Amino acid sequence: MKKLINDPADVVSEALLGFEAAHGDRVRVDHANKVVYRKDAPRPGKVGLVSGGGSGHEPMHGGFVGLGMLDAACAGEVFTSPVPDQMMAATGEVDGGAGVLHIVKNYTGDVMNFEMAAELAADSGTEVVSVVTNDDVAVQDSLYTAGRRGVGVTVLLEKIAGAAAEQGRSLAEVADVARKVNDNGRSMGMALTSCTVPAAGKPTFDLAEDEMELGIGIHGEPGRQRLPLAPAKDVAALLVEPVLSDLPFRSGDAVVAFVNGMGGTPLIELYLMYHEVRQLLDRAGVSVARSLVGSYITSLEMAGCSVTLLKADDDLLRLWDAPVNTPGLRWGV
Amino acid sequence: MTDVESLTRWLRDYASVVHENAGLLTELDAAIGDADHGVNMDRGMTAVVAALEIRFDTPDALLKKAGMTLVSTVGGASGPLYGTFFLRFGTALAGVTSIGTEDLGKALRAGVEGIVARGKAVLGDKTMYDAWAPALEAYDAAAADGTGPAIAAAAEAAAKGRDSTIPLVARKGRASYLGERSAGHQDPGATSTALLLDSAARTLP
Repeated sequence: MKKLINDPADVVSEALLGFEAAHGDRVRVDHANKVVYRKDAPRPGKVGLVSGGGSGHEPMHGGFVGLGMLDAACAGEVFTSPVPDQMMAATGEVDGGAGVLHIVKNYTGDVMNFEMAAELAADSGTEVVSVVTNDDVAVQDSLYTAGRRGVGVTVLLEKIAGAAAEQGRSLAEVADVARKVNDNGRSMGMALTSCTVPAAGKPTFDLAEDEMELGIGIHGEPGRQRLPLAPAKDVAALLVEPVLSDLPFRSGDAVVAFVNGMGGTPLIELYLMYHEVRQLLDRAGVSVARSLVGSYITSLEMAGCSVTLLKADDDLLRLWDAPVNTPGLRWGV
Repeated sequence: MTDVESLTRWLRDYASVVHENAGLLTELDAAIGDADHGVNMDRGMTAVVAALEIRFDTPDALLKKAGMTLVSTVGGASGPLYGTFFLRFGTALAGVTSIGTEDLGKALRAGVEGIVARGKAVLGDKTMYDAWAPALEAYDAAAADGTGPAIAAAAEAAAKGRDSTIPLVARKGRASYLGERSAGHQDPGATSTALLLDSAARTLP
């Protein structure tokens, strides 16, 4: 294992120290609870947005805390869900009187811990609504699995629901916007290499030099199939086609197109992939209203990418365009 | 009769068993999950032992503290599942200081119902429930002989339940994403449950 770390046990807490030092203008960090807060939280009258999950997916979620996005992000150990104490602390802290939305990726641990936190928060008088993202089309049969995983759509949802909350919409309205994003978004990812969890010290899985894993999740959990390595245009088709056919997206639909890097893939390759994705969408008659290219929901140093498409109406696009000022996403300010 | 003293013995014993078996649990988890079950359970039970420094007057206070500690320190899915087990187990014993065989059985069942409510698993999903379900049945069948024999029967049944997970295809948790590839591996959650009941058989009543 070659990593820029001191001790595997201290990776999350030391990264949070650096995160606060770098972005102290916009965030503050509760180091005891490992929660990143928007610096001016709670905002009176605004719905509070709390998300969180295992660490190792940076900039998600801590990097999305700030104006127009999240009010708090709970950091778990690498690839391990945070615990209800963290979520309860965050929920109480960001409640500005308008209630709190929990944004949860559909992974068993995250769902259970947020569920317990929501039950306990309800006992203490804070109104909490949870929205679970499950956009990963690689998981085909939800009946025999823990269901589709929450992946790329989570980034788009945090941006759009964050803007809705910033506008002063009610908890029910913000939750409706969030559900609409999840219902209209689909993703598919692939990996060229594995990643190494610091505490494990060795790669999560083995992938030969001439192989790729299609349909991967964001923790190196296995995908749909292992295939021979292929040119980018073929990989793009393998990602875009199952996404298009699942919703399904139809000719004439306007979308937000998001090509995401898994952490170890350079931007030059992501732009190359975006070009391939764009050609496939053109051919399908799907028009790209907005685009996002970069590494936003990652899997440590895994090389690979994911494609997320979100069918967007005017309201979602206006919310997408609204000002955002976070360490990970910033425009309009 | 089971009481605060014997329950405390059980928790301490389980903590040392989890510590000794942390490597095994993590190895089982690496094959079909995310390689952290042993580390997470060891961290949680170490925290439970630290919480035992305070004296508890009643079984329900002790067990609820153990449950809250696990929820706060374990993370992942096993934190809420074992945490909920001990919380419901404790709640079912409210007002009882000396626990008879029948009450202990009912309280264990309440704890396991908490696991099912939280995890929504059914028998055969390749989860810890595959060890818990036969253990409860065996306990009830042997309850007429007293707590010692009942819990010993439960431990034996849990071990068989643990072994029964090996050929199963996982339908819950991260292992479920492996589909057919999860068959042939022993479930780490069923393993830590079998260890918990084996520890109970050595320390209760």
